[in-house]
Amino acid sequence: MTHFVDRRLNPKGKSLANRQRFLRRARAQIREAVQKSLKDSAVADIGKERKIKISTKGTSEPRFRLDPRASGERDFVLPGNKEFTPGDTIEKPKSGSGGAGKEASDSGEGEDDFEFTMTQEEVLDIFFEDLELPNLVRTTLKETPNKQWKRAGITTSGSPTQINLVRTMRNSFGRRLALKRPTTADITALEAELDAAERADPVDVEKIAALKENLARAISKRKWVGFIDPIDVRFNAFTEQPTPTSQAVMFCLMDVSGSMGEREKDLAKRFYMLLHLFLKRRYKKVDVVFIRHTHDAQEVNEQEFFYSRQSGGTIVSTALDKMLEIQKERYATADWNIYAAQASDGYTQSGDARHCVDMLNELVMPLCQYYAYIEILDEREMEVFASEESGAELWRAYRTVAAEWPNFATKRIAKPADIFPVFHELFKKAEVSA
Amino acid sequence: MSDYLFTDSEWDFATVERTYKAIEDIALNDLGLDVYPNQIEIISSEQMLDAYSSIAMPLMYNHWSFGKMFAREEALYRLGYSALAYEVVINSSPCISYLLEENTMTMQALVMAHAAFGHNHFFKNNYLFRQWTNAEGIMDYLAFAKRYIAACEERYGRDEVEAVLDSAHALMEQGVFRYRRPPRPSKGRIEEKRRRRAEYEQEAYSELWRTLPAGIEPPAAPLTPDPEDEFSGDMKLPEENLLYFLEKNSPSLKAWQRETLRIVRNLAQYFYPQRQLKVMNEGCATFVHYTIMNLLYERGRITEGSWLEFMHSHTSVVFQPEFQDRRYSGFNPYALGYGMMADIRRICEKPTPEDRDWFPEFAGKGDWMGTLKDAWANYRDESFIEQFLSPMLMRDFRLFGLHDEASASTFKVSAIHNEEGYRDVRSMLARQYDVGSADPNIQVSGADLKGNRTLFLSHDMHRGIPLHNQTKELVLAHVERLWGHDVKLEARAA
Repeated sequence: MTHFVDRRLNPKGKSLANRQRFLRRARAQIREAVQKSLKDSAVADIGKERKIKISTKGTSEPRFRLDPRASGERDFVLPGNKEFTPGDTIEKPKSGSGGAGKEASDSGEGEDDFEFTMTQEEVLDIFFEDLELPNLVRTTLKETPNKQWKRAGITTSGSPTQINLVRTMRNSFGRRLALKRPTTADITALEAELDAAERADPVDVEKIAALKENLARAISKRKWVGFIDPIDVRFNAFTEQPTPTSQAVMFCLMDVSGSMGEREKDLAKRFYMLLHLFLKRRYKKVDVVFIRHTHDAQEVNEQEFFYSRQSGGTIVSTALDKMLEIQKERYATADWNIYAAQASDGYTQSGDARHCVDMLNELVMPLCQYYAYIEILDEREMEVFASEESGAELWRAYRTVAAEWPNFATKRIAKPADIFPVFHELFKKAEVSA
Repeated sequence: MSDYLFTDSEWDFATVERTYKAIEDIALNDLGLDVYPNQIEIISSEQMLDAYSSIAMPLMYNHWSFGKMFAREEALYRLGYSALAYEVVINSSPCISYLLEENTMTMQALVMAHAAFGHNHFFKNNYLFRQWTNAEGIMDYLAFAKRYIAACEERYGRDEVEAVLDSAHALMEQGVFRYRRPPRPSKGRIEEKRRRRAEYEQEAYSELWRTLPAGIEPPAAPLTPDPEDEFSGDMKLPEENLLYFLEKNSPSLKAWQRETLRIVRNLAQYFYPQRQLKVMNEGCATFVHYTIMNLLYERGRITEGSWLEFMHSHTSVVFQPEFQDRRYSGFNPYALGYGMMADIRRICEKPTPEDRDWFPEFAGKGDWMGTLKDAWANYRDESFIEQFLSPMLMRDFRLFGLHDEASASTFKVSAIHNEEGYRDVRSMLARQYDVGSADPNIQVSGADLKGNRTLFLSHDMHRGIPLHNQTKELVLAHVERLWGHDVKLEARAA
């Protein structure tokens, strides 16, 4: 007796639960590794599946092992003797690798680091763990709030597609039992009896008549006690429920002027890429507006923002103007949470910084839930401007804004490795709000 | 008219079934194998990886270490460092063999001969498997284990359960009975227990419990006292099975934690024979598939092309790299096991005078299948090598023995494949396969139950080899977690 079973169609991912447990277990190491791998990946690759190499610390599975290198003696056999005769000696291998070495260390060695692949989902989960948009509030319900269909029990009326068969048949069965509806089997039995009576030799007319009447009554009863009656039918009921939404818009302002070198632009783009992924992933209803500026600001699409090149002078305030213009046109403060992130190298036309500060204080900050300013320096500058106080023109100017508005944050980035910590700090989950 | 079972490399269920019948005919009638009923399942490569990562069992409780194994295997597979196994076979009745869907028809035939008849015969007949594992019950037990662990996770939290499993896994190798049979309740008692459990579940079940708000729990199952499970107060010392000891005597474990230890211990015990039978198990399966495939070819049931494909894969399976080779990573159990078994056949059929000297009981007697079946049934790796490794094979493998003293900077060649060395080399190799001396010998030597509850373990050093220091500390931390109080490990020179 042999069974052949085709298991290929069985649900996949049987080990998913184990995998999640493992990722959870190795969280700390994985996060470290993910950040490291982020450092040297290209802008476009940030959200991709990636190979992660972690140390086995924390996920080691220790067992009692013998350590024949420490002391003691032992014998072992190897295959492939070519030149040895008894009494010869062989140099012990230094450590780990190579022919006899492997054999010699079979019992003492720990596990190596190991490498595995994480999906995009898993990588991003780890990226954005514990992050959120600060100060997000539920904005007023708009006229057409989001609605969701929810189950609302069972009703007696509805559309045929929503018939609840189980309930309907249960009712029908109960009613048929209660009203003693003859079954088809009852009818056939009666018919057979009648048939037999008609064939019987001395024909019993009375019995035939009685049977006929019974049969007729049963048939008519079947007619008036229907198999399914309209009163049996039940429908699944659904109701619409409005769900409050929190809408948010993120303005991404980036300086792409000549003073921003390729390196600076790359850093800024990486920052925004991360921001963009974070918003797309965490919030269903977040609009992102990309504004890039030189001496003149433009709204561009995602593609252009991240991948196209442009150059020119620098007037930061143009970007703020553009942002205010778009906000007035499309994002009323009553309905939208407004966020902005600005990246720049800190240089602007002389006098413009003052102008920016005024705009921020008077026009922009009253609208914004949160405003993050990221200044991109080169590493040499980072050393010069070690303290928070010193910095380029824009930095010093913005410091005064930060002093006034608690929801205004300034950070500096000099190398790819800084991006993640800075990002994390800017969007850290507020502990009180939880 | 050709009598080929198949001529194409593509397979379908009809062909597989037809081929299975042909193989079965040879296995049962020509070779006289004795097997459990077979169940053959076709799986995809991802499912094969799944199977790997839950120690090749189709059902397994969840634990992160299996996820880690899966991640590692998957990475190796994707990078092309390791090919997937062609098959996985489970020692159960019916005997379940997994075939990979990507195999060609020739490979499916090879794998069926290998797993469904080779391994299967070995599982059913070897004395270790017969004595120590319960092929009929294993699937039910695994299903129970999975449910139980999942229920514990729900009730006590995933972290709690994970901690106990971590600690239990660390002691898995010390969780087996080596020298005496595990105390096993009789079949009747198991039935009785199962009935009581089912009865309790029925009584305790109430639709109402499902409507309770989260956080409120139905009353826990009462601990039905079981005279054989109970801690009787007198510990039988020394005790080699650490998990058993902790399960019965640990002062700090709760009932579900004890049951969890028992599950891990039972699994360890189930797998213990496999560790002692690597060479023989693979050797038997490889020898059987080799013999069957060749008979199929001789009888014109498979084409020459298919036979060549089979030979190609067979020779790479039984390839033994030499010790200086980069590919060398210890003895290949397939090579050694198959080599010895093919050698036994040769000695039975065409012995040399040397073989007649060494193996007078069966050399030249012709009944190779009888000799092999006897070996498969009554030996384990260590005794099999000690008994059957022939000088000819030692020469073929060019075996040589090394003596290693930790204090010396060199290994000393102590014996090689020559007249004076055969017996030494053979004994040394046999010793190498003695799981009892390869595993550290750790026992519970005492517990200060009236005082500060310190648990005393002892390690009897074999030939002066100590425990690896770092891992020792880590494992001891796990023992302390299970025991709940201090644990001291003392090394004793044996």
